[in-house]
Amino acid sequence: MLLKELTEANGVSGNEKEVRDIILREISGYCEKISIDRMGNIIALRKGTSDNGKKVMLSAHMDEVGLIVTGFTDTGFIKFKPVGGIDPRILVSKKVLVGKQRLPGVIGLKAIHLQEPNERKQAVKIKNMYIDIGAKNKEDAEKKVSLGDYIAFDSCYMPFGNNLVKAKALDDRAGCAILIEMIKERYSFDLYACFTVQEEVGLRGAKVAAYTVQPDMALVVEGTTCSDVPGAKEHEYATTLGDGPAISIMDRTSYSNKELSRLLYSLAKENNIKVQYKKTTLGGNDAGVIHLTGKGIPTATISVPCRYIHSPVSVMSMEDFEGCKKLVKLFLEYINKTKQEEENE
Amino acid sequence: MSSLLVQLTQSYGPSGNEEVIRDLIINEIKQFVDELNVDPLGNIIARKKGPGKKLMFAAHMDEIGVIITYIDKKGYLRFSNIGGVSQYSALFQKVRFKNGVIGCIGYEEDIESMKDLKLDKMYIDIGAKDREDAEKIVSIGDAACFEGPFNQQANRISSKALDDRIGCYILIEVIKQLKNSPNDLYFVFTVQEELGLRGARTSAFSVHPDYAVAVDVTATGDTPGAKKMAVKLGKGPAIKVKDNSIIAHPYVRNIMIETAREAGIPYQLEVLEYGGTDSGAIHLTKGGIPSGVLSIATRYLHSPVEMADMDDINNGIKLLRALAVKEMGAEGIS
Repeated sequence: MLLKELTEANGVSGNEKEVRDIILREISGYCEKISIDRMGNIIALRKGTSDNGKKVMLSAHMDEVGLIVTGFTDTGFIKFKPVGGIDPRILVSKKVLVGKQRLPGVIGLKAIHLQEPNERKQAVKIKNMYIDIGAKNKEDAEKKVSLGDYIAFDSCYMPFGNNLVKAKALDDRAGCAILIEMIKERYSFDLYACFTVQEEVGLRGAKVAAYTVQPDMALVVEGTTCSDVPGAKEHEYATTLGDGPAISIMDRTSYSNKELSRLLYSLAKENNIKVQYKKTTLGGNDAGVIHLTGKGIPTATISVPCRYIHSPVSVMSMEDFEGCKKLVKLFLEYINKTKQEEENE
Repeated sequence: MSSLLVQLTQSYGPSGNEEVIRDLIINEIKQFVDELNVDPLGNIIARKKGPGKKLMFAAHMDEIGVIITYIDKKGYLRFSNIGGVSQYSALFQKVRFKNGVIGCIGYEEDIESMKDLKLDKMYIDIGAKDREDAEKIVSIGDAACFEGPFNQQANRISSKALDDRIGCYILIEVIKQLKNSPNDLYFVFTVQEELGLRGARTSAFSVHPDYAVAVDVTATGDTPGAKKMAVKLGKGPAIKVKDNSIIAHPYVRNIMIETAREAGIPYQLEVLEYGGTDSGAIHLTKGGIPSGVLSIATRYLHSPVEMADMDDINNGIKLLRALAVKEMGAEGIS
């Protein structure tokens, strides 16, 4: 299954090759042109049936948050730093995979018996954590691992509950999976599917991809925060699991094009697809850099709600995922129809 | 009292929602410009053609405001800020939605101390009976501006959104007063400045001017307990030296000073230790665009009671008009 394969592939920001290879394999039969740009973005073109030169860009990021090797202890443990936004409190006792060779390791911590009473009360800082790869000593560890090697969570794809799945990196392999489906259809306009790199470290890949494509409009397909969990008040819920794909109105990096976001919402309502607005203005995504490219690009964001993102156990509803996929398709069909009508006039 | 300035400041236009203020400005200027376009983000780009250097003057149309994130069962609206909105200046203010609906901002009174006051402990009361009643007139994602009436006493005006409808007013007046210019003039009314200088970035890319000057408000140091700052109300338009987004290009800064001196217009120099304005985005566009800023000293920024001096504004118009017809030299640091 593609979503399983995509989420179990490792693609910490700056090291997206595993994910890129899967996507290239999936889309190669469908696109007229596939380029990998100098940053590592995939820019795939599904040529339109018309020569009107209209360009629509879909964007999903390939990268995920993770860790990177920064040093070794004399006793052969690995020191590391985060890549992207990671809450240090989620790291302890997690299984990880180190480097290209996917060397297994665990993030250890002194057992409770050995901790001082005040140590037990404090969250452990990343600088005091280490990865145990079972090396005998520094020399042994250095034979297997190099400085700068990437570290990803070791977490399998697991369906559970009422049509839910747990996996790492649903943010944004869910979006990648949807784009792979979308590129299979042909429209009147040129459809560009951009699978971007380094979103988690500052929307970097999308910036140059959008510059290259210079589309007439763009839609970002994301996995976003879902806060329908204990500890959050209802008015603080960003999105609710099972309530359908979420349309962004505004976040820290962009104010969605109002026509496009209202269109997405009404298309969902008209077609009986559950839909919700994202109810907070926090966070950001590739839309932040895409909409400011060149002369400006009308841009909107649609997201699959995911609980516990940026952890090894993000959770999404397959129903929301399928709803998101349908809605993106309806959106493209709608744009197709209006562009054709414009031409006939 | 300038009725245009009243109209401009009282118009609705939180960042991302500039339709109303944009239409007002287009109506004011359309018969006085040679070209007029609205770009993909919603900026107005108006041109008065001339044979000389390409000059871009920018003022932002948007204002700070709030946006509905949630409507509770009882019909109270939860909201987030659009731009720099302090919980203290928002408390007990009225806000106005595009459709005219007025809301009052209250807070959860069971917080322990006013130090704990945060926007997510606050709500907008539109007098609705319940969620259903509220949803008849507002929706999640609707934005509102603060209410702040326009008053004038002697030379001093106070209103919401002087930031930056003052700049819009100055640009409009210069457009109306200028007949011919040796320079090729682009007047850009930008969107989403308060969200991070966004409209200026894309419009500067389109226009790609030789020089740019943003016209915006700036803080003052002339009120009790104010941060130390030399800028004062009534001392003339301010020529920016630096803020957090730009060090004004020395050529542009100096030509602004020279222009003011030649025309006998009072001016003051501005060093702002925080904040930024559209020039911050413009000057980093493409290969770089020498840029400066003409500022109008304004007290109580980002509140519904911003205060400025009409003499500063009128002298700002004179200075920008003189600058528009100034023969500009070769690019680069001289």
